[in-house]
Amino acid sequence: MAEAIAFYTLSALILGLGIMVVSARSAVHSVLFLVLNFLLVAVLYVILGAEYVAVIQVLVYAGGIVVLYLFVVMLVNLKREPEQFSDPRRLGKLGTLLAGAVLAQVIGIAVYSSTRGTTQPVAGGLGSDTPFLTGNTEQLGWVLYTSYLIPFELVSMLLLVAMVGAIVLAKKHL
Amino acid sequence: MLEITPLHYNLLAAALFMIGVIGVMVRRNVIIIFMSIELILNAVNINLIALSHQLQDMSGQVFVVFIIAVAAAEAAVGLGILIAFYRNKETVNIDEIQLMRW
Amino acid sequence: MVDTIIVPLLKIAVLINALLVSVTFLVLMERKVIAWAQSRLGPMRAGPYGILQALADPIKLILKEDITPAKADKYVFTLAPIMSLVPALVAFAVIPFGPDPFYYISDINVGLLFILSVTSIGVYGIILGGWASNSKYPLLASLRASAQLISYEIAVTMTLVSVILTAGTLSLVGIVEAQLESGIWFGFIQPVAFALVFIGGLAETNRVPFDLPEAETELTGGFHTEYSGMRFSLFFLAEYANIIVISAVVAIMFLGGWLRPFPNVAALSFLDVVPPWIWLIGKIFVFLYVFIWLRATLPRYRYDQLMALGWKLFIPIAIGNLVLTAIAKVAF
Repeated sequence: MAEAIAFYTLSALILGLGIMVVSARSAVHSVLFLVLNFLLVAVLYVILGAEYVAVIQVLVYAGGIVVLYLFVVMLVNLKREPEQFSDPRRLGKLGTLLAGAVLAQVIGIAVYSSTRGTTQPVAGGLGSDTPFLTGNTEQLGWVLYTSYLIPFELVSMLLLVAMVGAIVLAKKHL
Repeated sequence: MLEITPLHYNLLAAALFMIGVIGVMVRRNVIIIFMSIELILNAVNINLIALSHQLQDMSGQVFVVFIIAVAAAEAAVGLGILIAFYRNKETVNIDEIQLMRW
Repeated sequence: MVDTIIVPLLKIAVLINALLVSVTFLVLMERKVIAWAQSRLGPMRAGPYGILQALADPIKLILKEDITPAKADKYVFTLAPIMSLVPALVAFAVIPFGPDPFYYISDINVGLLFILSVTSIGVYGIILGGWASNSKYPLLASLRASAQLISYEIAVTMTLVSVILTAGTLSLVGIVEAQLESGIWFGFIQPVAFALVFIGGLAETNRVPFDLPEAETELTGGFHTEYSGMRFSLFFLAEYANIIVISAVVAIMFLGGWLRPFPNVAALSFLDVVPPWIWLIGKIFVFLYVFIWLRATLPRYRYDQLMALGWKLFIPIAIGNLVLTAIAKVAF
């Protein structure tokens, strides 16, 4: 019962804030709604028992990536309205309609497939053998450093390359 | 209706995904397009965590951590490109960024 | 129902009241200590020895006129001080004042990361405060302040990882219990991490010697130039509340939290008559005094020196400390 109330309020707020992100006139307001959206999604993760991922979401996503967006919005401080010119070949309304149709299809498929029986826990999946560890952090760490070690190293290389790339792109004089 | 199954999380994620897609299609400010892409990534993350909770498999959460890391890298590089472009052309309207169009 | 909703709400009410009152007294303490360091007496008029100055300052700020600049974005202008104060208060939800669940609001498994993530939300207050004022000096100051904050956040987070390795857990209660088990405070096992987290904490809260973003002589008040009255008092409260948070975190991680000195030595057990929360508050006071002492003594860093220190000195030391801790943890 409490979970249902929490889920419905959270999802209403998340979707409402998402719509505000997409439709706010000023870019700074958009960024602020995005921060709130991410904080609420982190709360949703806590409800689902993934508290480490929730804290990482706040620390990295809401506290790092969106700060980056806010910096760029402030540095790109334009005199004229950024969205004045519009390509006449745009078909925005048709696109929105198609997106709505695809959403209705996806909802239909999801509801139909959920009436066909529930899924069972996968035995022998790569990350399913950690019930001996308590705590979300320990379980995540165990799986990350044993089964997923190579992707972990690759992601660290990716972050290094992205860091070097971002610095080179944004520097004025090399 | 009162019991929250992974179907509810799927529907929430699908709706958030579509909001992000509409944002990418309709808005012309490049930064808002980037932020809509982050919404799309978040929708996928919600789906993964919900399924990881239901199937009791940590792979979903590991995947989410990787997605967050990759989103950080992509945001940094994308905004770097945007700043480099803005220095030349003084605009962030995506309809005016059309040097390489036909 | 009672102990999942009513009792935590009561605890939150008590904690927020205690925090806000202690922040006003911290402002007075700073003025007094700096005055004594400069051979003068500080505020002496309001009440005996100036104690009621802590009450007079908030009343003055509340009664001041509330000015909003003409072209400022008024929603963001009001939101910025709130986004600065709330994370400082929320971080106290996981700080334990004693071993019993009565002494803390909640003990989550990822308590230390929770504090770090909530502190990184506090950066928004500074950025938005500068931007919403719609004027040049606050904008520049807020960009500098937020760049400084996120640089030192990286150094502090990496250093705290080595402390987490030593303790073996992320929850704050668990870290103090680990210090109880090992018998030594972590400040002695990890002196480099202690120094680094303390100095990083100085930079995180914009205190001297890293207080260029709000230096009055350089930037006419920094990001809170255009703020007056109640909104300015929220920024002010946020800064001092952040100081208390950083002091509490350093006291818990490195100085044993609520443990008495030499917690495992039975000969000193006559010290157990002092309740655990008094030990923690005493340690927090020590750090608050050191913060204020540093403000009275040190000159401030230039901005490029500050950033060079954070990126080129602290982050390599933090990474080196982490590697050494990991090696020591495996070898012994």
